[in-house]
Amino acid sequence: MKPRVAVFKFASCDGCQLQFLNAGDELLKLAGQADIVYFPEARGRALAGPYDLAFVEGSVTTPADARRIIEVREESRYLVTIGACAAAGGIQALRNWADIEQYRRAVYPSPEFISTLSTSTPISEHVRVDFEIWGCPIDKTQLLAVTRSLLFGAQPVLPGHSVCIECKRSGNACVIVTRGEPCLGPVTRAGCGALCPAMNRGCYGCFGPADAHNMESFAALLADQGVRGDDAMRRLRGINGYVRPWRESADALAAKK
Amino acid sequence: MNEATRMPKAALDNLIAILGREGYRVMGPVARDGTVAFDEIRSAADLPVGIRDAQEAGRYRLAPGIDGEIFGVVNGAGSLKPHFFAPAEPLLEIRRERRGFKANEIASAAPPHAFIGVRACDLAALAIQDRIFLHDRFRDAHYELRRKDAFFVAVDCTRSAPTCFCVSMKTGPRATAGFDLALTELPGGFVARPGSPAGEAMIVKLGLSAAGGADEAAARALIDECARGMGRRMDTADLPRLLYDEAENPRWREVAARCLSCANCTMVCPTCFCHTVIDQTEIDGNMSRRVRKWDSCFSLEHAHIHGINLRPKIHDRYRQWLTHKLASWIDQFGSSGCVGCGRCITWCPAGIDLTEEVAAIRASAGKG
Ligand code: SF4
Ligand code: SF4
Ligand code: SF4
Ligand code: SF4
Repeated sequence: MKPRVAVFKFASCDGCQLQFLNAGDELLKLAGQADIVYFPEARGRALAGPYDLAFVEGSVTTPADARRIIEVREESRYLVTIGACAAAGGIQALRNWADIEQYRRAVYPSPEFISTLSTSTPISEHVRVDFEIWGCPIDKTQLLAVTRSLLFGAQPVLPGHSVCIECKRSGNACVIVTRGEPCLGPVTRAGCGALCPAMNRGCYGCFGPADAHNMESFAALLADQGVRGDDAMRRLRGINGYVRPWRESADALAAKK
Repeated sequence: MNEATRMPKAALDNLIAILGREGYRVMGPVARDGTVAFDEIRSAADLPVGIRDAQEAGRYRLAPGIDGEIFGVVNGAGSLKPHFFAPAEPLLEIRRERRGFKANEIASAAPPHAFIGVRACDLAALAIQDRIFLHDRFRDAHYELRRKDAFFVAVDCTRSAPTCFCVSMKTGPRATAGFDLALTELPGGFVARPGSPAGEAMIVKLGLSAAGGADEAAARALIDECARGMGRRMDTADLPRLLYDEAENPRWREVAARCLSCANCTMVCPTCFCHTVIDQTEIDGNMSRRVRKWDSCFSLEHAHIHGINLRPKIHDRYRQWLTHKLASWIDQFGSSGCVGCGRCITWCPAGIDLTEEVAAIRASAGKG
């Protein structure tokens, strides 16, 4: 029997699920290897668990989703999160520093129908996660590599090193050194192929913190470049702002100003 | 024949054309995105003529230099390294067969390359990489293929960057080995000297005639002045012993507080050779491609062995890098791993300077 694969969505923009669809031929080949039994973004058929491999996109922002993720975990042999929302809480985690009541009233004409949590939290704060694929959106090649490894029953391996390594492999000119442009590359996990530096701009940190990083030195570097206070804090409180090292660093910057 | 000849600046276009006709892909420093890197050139006009670089720790800028000066830019982040030891390169293709599997080596194929504007430290670095990739019986076919037919036109440095310290490492600023042709740029033309039979033949093809003693003396004087004005220095006296003895010096933690562990220093270093090997498997599970990519001792996974990580902290990794580069490299390969090109200083976003670190460790030795 082919392994049963499911793709779930929580609070997210669907961009990571789209990477499955962007895989084109590779997705068709995957369909030959595994039975995609639940993937609302792609097809109507929705089969109940158990699942051998569950991909989870999005963060937990509602009481209903906080319950649903537990069910997904119970039904799944491997649970792999895809994207910044699932791994770090996503851009919507900005609410974690704000007053949710105010948001609710400002955004919705009938706020009483909105049932929401005051926080956006990563999947790993709710259930055990077997593997996290980072990125906003995730990289298609990484997604396929992890899927292949898990179908083989092997431990997936993705690089945890800095974007700078990819940047230098591509022969880009460093924007910090040649232009004094702030760049999150030194503290960000590789995976995008240093897309932004290749376009001559600083890295936004889409893939979250590199596994070896030095946030204190990085904050000092930003300050040297004239990026201070709120500006420095906002650079870290982006797509992956709620993940621990960046959260702590941004909070420290906010406290200092 | 080893005599110096006079080469008009216009003859550089001839040289490029002849090399092109002989089947070389001709490479030279080309300005792009605010720095230079070796890239294909079709004429001297593709070189950064009239431009100079301004370098310091963590900072690099190109700026207008001296009219007509062709080799005014000392160097950029890109050394010769990526052209011989490729940043990412497929090595093997492994296919599933009816029984077992079959592995095929992927041969690299490229026309021979000719490099114009190579500095003395670049050549010294390439000689070090040769000792790694062409060592004894253990020869890297991919590296060797690109290496064996390459042609090098060196340029003696008549100006150093403030980050350079080749004099300390005894690798420059004058090219002494590893080139086919070496040029010294004077305001009115080049003094050219051959370094190989191919270089001698090239001088004949270019129809160059012997240089006057005055030109040779002027060339020497400029190089000597460059050597005297070297921006940085490193005291190498008994350096391996110093670094081994000072393995617990508090300076390692002090530099680690500044080090981002981003690995830029090792990426730009022309001698660093660490790499990782990755298997990229097709989704149907029938074919896997084995790819070698540049890696670094600053990446955490590089020190990961079964069950433990040997260098979990940044100070472990910075110490590993510097101690390997300047000390155990000598035990391993018979020379220092540093040629004094200064790239790791300029291209470190945090502006960490190994000459300063070595000096600080020396100054505090035995007090730790
Ligand atoms: S541009 Fe950014 S990612 Fe690239 S080397 Fe510089 S700091 Fe690193
Ligand atoms: S250690 Fe630094 S100065 Fe020495 S060869 Fe490498 S990049 Fe150049
Ligand atoms: S280190 Fe020496 S040989 Fe290398 S670029 Fe600087 S001056 Fe030239
Ligand atoms: S020394 Fe500089 S370039 Fe090297 S890892 Fe540390 S911060 Fe990065």
